[in-house]
Order: sequence, then C-alpha cells, then structure tokens
Amino acid sequence: MDGYYAFMLVATALVLMMTVPALALFYGGMSRSKSVLNMMMMSYIAAAIVGILYVAVGWSMGWSGDGTFFANPFELFWLDGVETSDYIFVMFQMTFAIITVALISGAVADRMKFSAWVVFVPIWALLCYFPMAHMVFSCTDDSLICGRIGAQDYAGGTAVHINAGIAALVLVLLLGKRFGWPKDKMRPHNLTLTMLGAGLLWFGWYGFNVGSIVFGGESEEADMAQFLSETGRTFANTTLATMAAILGWLLIERIMHGKATSLGAASGIVAGLVAITPAAGAVDLSGAVAIGLVSGAVCAWAVGWKFRLGYDDSLDVVGVHLVGGIIGTVLIGVFSTSDGAGGIDGLLYGGGVDSLVDQLLGVLVAIVYVSIVTTIIGLAIKYTMGLRISEEAEVEGIDITEHGESAYDLHTGTGGGGGKTGVLNTASKEGVNA
Amino acid sequence: MKLVTAVIKPHKWEDVREALETFGVTGMTVSEVSGYGRQKGHTEVYRGAEYDIALVPKIRIEIVVDDADADDVVGIIVKTAQTGRIGDGKVWVSPIETVVRVRTGDRDEAAL
Repeated sequence: MDGYYAFMLVATALVLMMTVPALALFYGGMSRSKSVLNMMMMSYIAAAIVGILYVAVGWSMGWSGDGTFFANPFELFWLDGVETSDYIFVMFQMTFAIITVALISGAVADRMKFSAWVVFVPIWALLCYFPMAHMVFSCTDDSLICGRIGAQDYAGGTAVHINAGIAALVLVLLLGKRFGWPKDKMRPHNLTLTMLGAGLLWFGWYGFNVGSIVFGGESEEADMAQFLSETGRTFANTTLATMAAILGWLLIERIMHGKATSLGAASGIVAGLVAITPAAGAVDLSGAVAIGLVSGAVCAWAVGWKFRLGYDDSLDVVGVHLVGGIIGTVLIGVFSTSDGAGGIDGLLYGGGVDSLVDQLLGVLVAIVYVSIVTTIIGLAIKYTMGLRISEEAEVEGIDITEHGESAYDLHTGTGGGGGKTGVLNTASKEGVNA
Repeated sequence: MKLVTAVIKPHKWEDVREALETFGVTGMTVSEVSGYGRQKGHTEVYRGAEYDIALVPKIRIEIVVDDADADDVVGIIVKTAQTGRIGDGKVWVSPIETVVRVRTGDRDEAAL
C-alpha cells in the first residue's frame, strides 16, 4: 500500500490548501473591501489554533476508542502512543477539523471581534467538531451517528457541512445583523478572488473526498483492489456532481433573475462539492449528477431565505453548507447503490426506506447536538467578553479597527496609510483608461 | 478664458482625446468620476439579491481654452462622445479669471 501512503501525503496537503488559502479567497472576495483581511484572517487563525489543539486532544477524542459522543481525550494526548508512520492520518483528519471551523467564519463577516473568534474557535472545535468527527468518522460500534444509527457519511456531510452550517446559523442569530443590512445588501468587492477560491476548493476537494477511503482490511490484495476501484468512483462522483451543480445553480438564477452570474458558478461549485461529500462513495455516476443538480438548484434558491426571514448569514454558509450538506446526506438514502462504499441500496434501487430513515436520523442528531452546544458556547462568549465590535468600528471597517491594516492602496503617489492621506487621493491623473 | 468641463462615457474618452489633440488642444486634466443623471443607475444581482447601483462610472475632462476656441472644443467633444443613447453625459463652459503656469509664473493666455 505504498501508493496509498504517498497519496495520503498529497491529499492532506490538498485539504489544508482548501482552507489556506482557498476558502479565505472564496470568502474574502465576497466580503467588502474594508473587511477582506479580517475575513481571510479568520481562516488562517483557525488553521493555527485548531491544528495544534487537534494534536493535543482532537485525535484522541476521535480515534482513541469507544464512546457515544467522543473517546477519551487523554488516551492519545499529544499523540503519545501514536506511531510516526501513522502521523499522516492524524494530519489528514486535522485538516478536516480546520476547514470545518473556518467555514463558519463566512456567516459572521464584518462584525465579529477577532478576540471573540479566537476564543470561539478552540472551544467549538473541542465541543462540536471533535465529538462529531468521532460520531461520524471513527465509527466505533457505540459511536452515535455511524455506529448506532448507521447513517452513511463518506467525507463529512454531517460532521463538516451540517456541523459548520448550524454553528453559523446560531452565531448569526446571537451576533445580529450588520449595521445597515438588509437595506444595504453589501455586495461582493472582488469576484475574481472568489472565482479563484472556488476553483482551488474544487482542486483541494479531491484530497478531501478521495482521501476519505476506509479500508475493509481483510487482506492486502482486497484493500488494493478496493483502493483502485473506490478512488476512481469517488474522484468521478466528486467531479460530475460539481459540474452538475454549476449548471443547476445557473439554471435557477437564469430563470429567477434573468442572468447567469460568475458568483452563481462559483457558488454552484461549492454547493455541488458539499452535497457530494457524504455521498461520494455511495452513489454511481447518475446519482452524483442528480445530487449535484439538486444541490445547485436548491442552494441557489435557499440563499434568498435570509432576506425573507431576516438573519444576516453574510456569505451564505447556511444556504450553501447547511442546505447542501443536508441534501447530500439525505439523498444517499435515495441514490446509494449496493456496489458503493456502504454496500446499501437506496430507495431508488429497491432498498426501501431503511437507508433514508437512517440518513434523516443522522442529520437530525447532528442538527440537535450542534445547535445546543454552539448556543451555549456563543451565549457564554456574548455575555462575558462580547461577540461584536462597536458600531463605529463596523462602519469604519473591521480591517482597520481590528487589525490596523487595509487590503488595498489603489491611490498612486500617496504611499501607505489606509487611503486616508488626504487631498492627493482625489488628485487628477492623465492618461486614464489610455 | 474658459474652462470646458465634460463628463462622458468612459469608452469614448480615447476618441475624444484624439479629436481634441488633432484640433490643437495640448493638455487637459482627466478624472475617473461617478454619478448619475436621467438614466439613473443600474441593477446588479448577487446570489439572487438585487442591488441598485445608483452611481455610474464616467470620465470628467477639464480643459482651459481661449474664449475663441471654447465653442469649437465643446463641439468636438459633443460630436465625438455622442452615441445617441441615454447616459452620454454633459459638457459645460465656465469663465476663468486667472491662469498661472507653475513652472514659469506666466499668466493668463501665455499660460495656456
């Protein structure tokens, strides 16, 4: 299995790239020019904090043994007892923890105290992500979602996307709307960054989905055969679902609003990747296309809910990750085939409703657990150190007030200084557009 | 002396500059500006949410000319910048009291 080991080295680096910089670019482009650095920093700091915490207790809480919600945090504390030849599997799972936490940041754009984020990140990882990873991925017999309920989740529809989506919704409700929203809808400041970030996310997602293979372990030959067939399936499904979701999103946009937009294409990419994440191993090519199409189309519609219901999910973490995660996880119960990784036929292939019920239960447990725990964490921070920056700071821009920087100095001849250097900024110049 | 100020569509700026240069205008000041007139702004859609963008990008040209040239310059700008569609912009002329060339201290007509 040398090939598998080498592949995991690459897959792990790819998944880290999904957060730093892909997600940061994707979110950064969608935020306003006065908030882009803070938006990107939330991903970067999440990587630093969660990564170290993961080595301390994250791996142990996930993979050290039995437990309904999590395993003993101190059994493998600081990887004590883990062979270095297994470190790469720790690192791989660490990158999942990192991106799940970072995903939440898109919902709280422009207004969350950086210090509050720095406190929220490790506590949430500890109480929400590490347990969810145990419940879903480690799959001991008594683990709640995989072991007891038996819901399928190949790479993290529940553990990553529903998890982050619910946490985002809870934080948004506790934080409140941005000053001026929704009258001022606050349009994206640089969609080229967002297009680049979405493309890099797609690229990195091959590490995420394809690297999530779990072997049967009967024999070396059987594992090798599984490696060859299953990685082909997950790679192809990841690709086709994403393509279908682009088309699904753009089609709905074209019908509802008259234009196919670049932000729609970038969002469709993510919606498709999110939905195929849990289903990558379970479905065949047609199932992947169906899941992608449904996710792209439904998410394109779901991102409008916030205006009707009045919650300021700034960059649509709920509309894309929660909704897409639920779609992918639930549709496994419809489209899974017994040829797939779970060996279960879904509703459409004569397997009855059993699988569908398991999937729905898995989603429900994830939503209930994460919403309760995140609410407690959020309230605790809100009523101690506070979650939000002041209204004045928000209006001036969180980049300057929280980080002392501004992303762009587009005025020639004025040097630095955040575009506040005065009259020269409005000076005329010759040869414009020449 | 007159100050001719024109606000025109950005894609017409190069044509206008060439026409003015051919006429003999040796310098001008140009800025990227935004504003709106009768056409109002336009609508953009991001993830299904419509945004009314009130301000439209324009180019503002400022030229100081002899009284005798003012009408010709205005005519050239109007002729060159015209597309016939809404949002073509405006040109206006205002009197200037004094002009000084910074390098030499030349005043008025000598400074043009």
